[in-house]
Amino acid sequence: MSTATAPTTLAEAVSSPAAPAAAGRVARLLRVRPLVAVLAAFAVAALWEAYKLLGPEQGWSLGETRLLPRTTAMAMPHTWDVAARLLEPVSGATGAEALWVAVLRAGASSAGIALTGWAIGVAVGAVLAVTMQRLRVVESAVLPLVVLSQTVPLIALAPLVRSWGSRLELGAVTWQPWMSVAVIASYLAFFPVAVGMLRGLQSPDTIHVELMRAYGAGWWTTLVALRLPAAVPHLLPALRLAAANAVVGTVVAEVATGLPGGLGRMILEFANFAASDPPKPWAPILGAVALGLLAAGLVALLGRALHRYRRTEVAS
Amino acid sequence: MSTVQEHPTPAAHPRGATAVEIVGAGRVFGGRSAPVVALEDVDLTVAAGEFVSLIGPSGCGKSTLLRLVADLDQPTSGTVRVFGGSARDARLARDYGIAFQQAGLLPWRTVRANVELPLALAGTGRASRRERADELLAMVGLTEFAEHHPDQLSGGMQQRVAIARALADSPSLLLMDEPFGALDEMTREHLQAQLLRICAETRAAVVFVTHSIPEAVFLSDRVVVMSPRPGRIRQVVDVTLDRSGAATPGSGPHDDAGDDLRTDAAFVAAVAAVRTALHGGGTGPRGVDLR
Repeated sequence: MSTATAPTTLAEAVSSPAAPAAAGRVARLLRVRPLVAVLAAFAVAALWEAYKLLGPEQGWSLGETRLLPRTTAMAMPHTWDVAARLLEPVSGATGAEALWVAVLRAGASSAGIALTGWAIGVAVGAVLAVTMQRLRVVESAVLPLVVLSQTVPLIALAPLVRSWGSRLELGAVTWQPWMSVAVIASYLAFFPVAVGMLRGLQSPDTIHVELMRAYGAGWWTTLVALRLPAAVPHLLPALRLAAANAVVGTVVAEVATGLPGGLGRMILEFANFAASDPPKPWAPILGAVALGLLAAGLVALLGRALHRYRRTEVAS
Repeated sequence: MSTVQEHPTPAAHPRGATAVEIVGAGRVFGGRSAPVVALEDVDLTVAAGEFVSLIGPSGCGKSTLLRLVADLDQPTSGTVRVFGGSARDARLARDYGIAFQQAGLLPWRTVRANVELPLALAGTGRASRRERADELLAMVGLTEFAEHHPDQLSGGMQQRVAIARALADSPSLLLMDEPFGALDEMTREHLQAQLLRICAETRAAVVFVTHSIPEAVFLSDRVVVMSPRPGRIRQVVDVTLDRSGAATPGSGPHDDAGDDLRTDAAFVAAVAAVRTALHGGGTGPRGVDLR
C-alpha cells in the first residue's frame, strides 16, 4: 500500500465505524461475483467444445443404450454457430426479425406467465404453511397431500386444467389459455414454499416462543413478531426453488397446452429445424436458461432486501 | 392483537401486598402409568419488593416452580396466585418480566429493538418506547451498542440486554431462571451487583432460580432450599445483610462494594446455613455449586 492511499482508507474506516467490514464484503462480492458467473458460463461452453472435439463422432453405445451423445454438427452445433445464429433472421421470409429478438419476445411472454404462476404459488404455499402451523390436525391431513400432489405428472395435468378452465365462468372475466399455464406453473411453485415456510414457521426456539407467551402475545402477534421473521432463512431457498419451478412449469405447460407466443411453443416449433438448421432449436433453450437465471436473480435481490432476517444468534 | 389488555398501574400493587402466593402446589409429569412428581405440596409467599431465591440440586423442580408462577406451565394440584389474581391473568396483563439462562434475543432485531419488544407488544408509542430503551441500556451500560445486533455482542452483554428487556415494562415482579448461569465469574458478580441496584431502584419483587449458594445469599432476602424427587421446599433461610454498599452503582466492571459484602461475616454465616440446609436430608446435593 502506498503512503498516498493510507490516510484515505484510515479516514474511511474512522468515518464509518458501524459496518465497514460488511460494506466492504458486499462491494467485493458485487465486483467479483458477476465476473465468476461469466467465467462459469464460458467454462460450460469450453466443456461443450472440448467434448465435441474429443468425443467419438457417433457417441458411444453399450449394446442398445447410448451412454455418450453424438458429436455431429446436427447433435451438438458449435457454440459460436449458435451465437451467430441468434443474430440472423428467424426465417428466410423478407422482413423477418432477428432470432434473438424473437426469443426475447417469447421469453418476455413466458416470464409474465411464470411470474404470475410464482406469485399464486407463493401465496397458496404461504397460506397452507400458516394454516398447517396453526392447526396440527391440518398439518397431519394436508402435508401428505401436498407431497402427493407433486407426483402427478404435469403432462397429464395440463389438458385437465385447460378443459376445466375453459368451462369456468368468472363473471366478466373469461378464462384465457395463458391462465391455465399460470395455474400449472403455480402448481409446481407452491410446493417448496409450503414445505419450506412450514419448517421456517416451526423453527423458533422454545425460549422465544415462551418469551412471546410470557408477554401475553396471542397467535397472530407471535406470527408477525416471531415466526415470520424466523421463517425468512428457510423461506428464501424455497422462493428460489419456486421461481425455478415456475419457469419449468410455464415452459412445459406451454408445450402441453400448445399456448402460442411463449418459449415452450417455440421449442416445439424449432425442433423441426434440427436437421436443416441445427443451431436454431438451441436458441429458445438458451432463452429458457436465461429466464431461469433472471428468476433466481430476482429472488436473490429479494434476499438482499431481507438480509437482516438472515442473522443468526451466536450462542453465548 | 386479541390479547392486549389494560396495563395495570403500579399503584395496583402497593408495597406490602403479596406478589406471589403459592398454596399446596404440585406438578406431576407424564401419564397415569409412569408419573413423575416434579413438585409436591409447595407453599410459598413472596411479598412485593422481596427478593427470593430458589436453590437446590438439579431436578428439584425449582425451574418448574418458576414456570408455574410465569403461567408457562400449570400446576396439577394447588393454586398459584400472582398479585391476587390467577397466574394466567398476571401473564396476560404483563405483570412480570422474565429472563432465562439463555439471553434469547431475537437475532434480527437490534439491541434497542430487543429491549423495546415487550413495550411494542404492549402497544406503547414509538417515542416513549425509545426513551425507555435508552434509559435501560444506560442502566446496563450498553448505550453505545444500541444499534448493534445480538450476534455482535458477547454472551455477558447479551444477558445484560435480556435483563434490560425483562425490566422494560417496569414489572412489579421479575422471574429469573439462572440468568447468570452461563456467564464467567467476573461478569456474573458484576451483573449481580447491577441487579441488586436495579431492584433497589424499582422495588420489584424477584423470584430467582440459581444453583449457586453465594449468588443466592448475595442477592436474596430469603433463600428457599429445595430437595428433589419429589420437589419440595426443605427449608427457608432468612438472609439479613446490609446491602446499602453493594446496591450503589459500581464505577466499572469491578464492583468493590460487592466484594466487601461477599467477605462479610453475616454473608459467610448465611452461606453456611444454606449449605447445611442443602446437605441435611441424607442424599448429597447434586449439581449444586458449593463455592
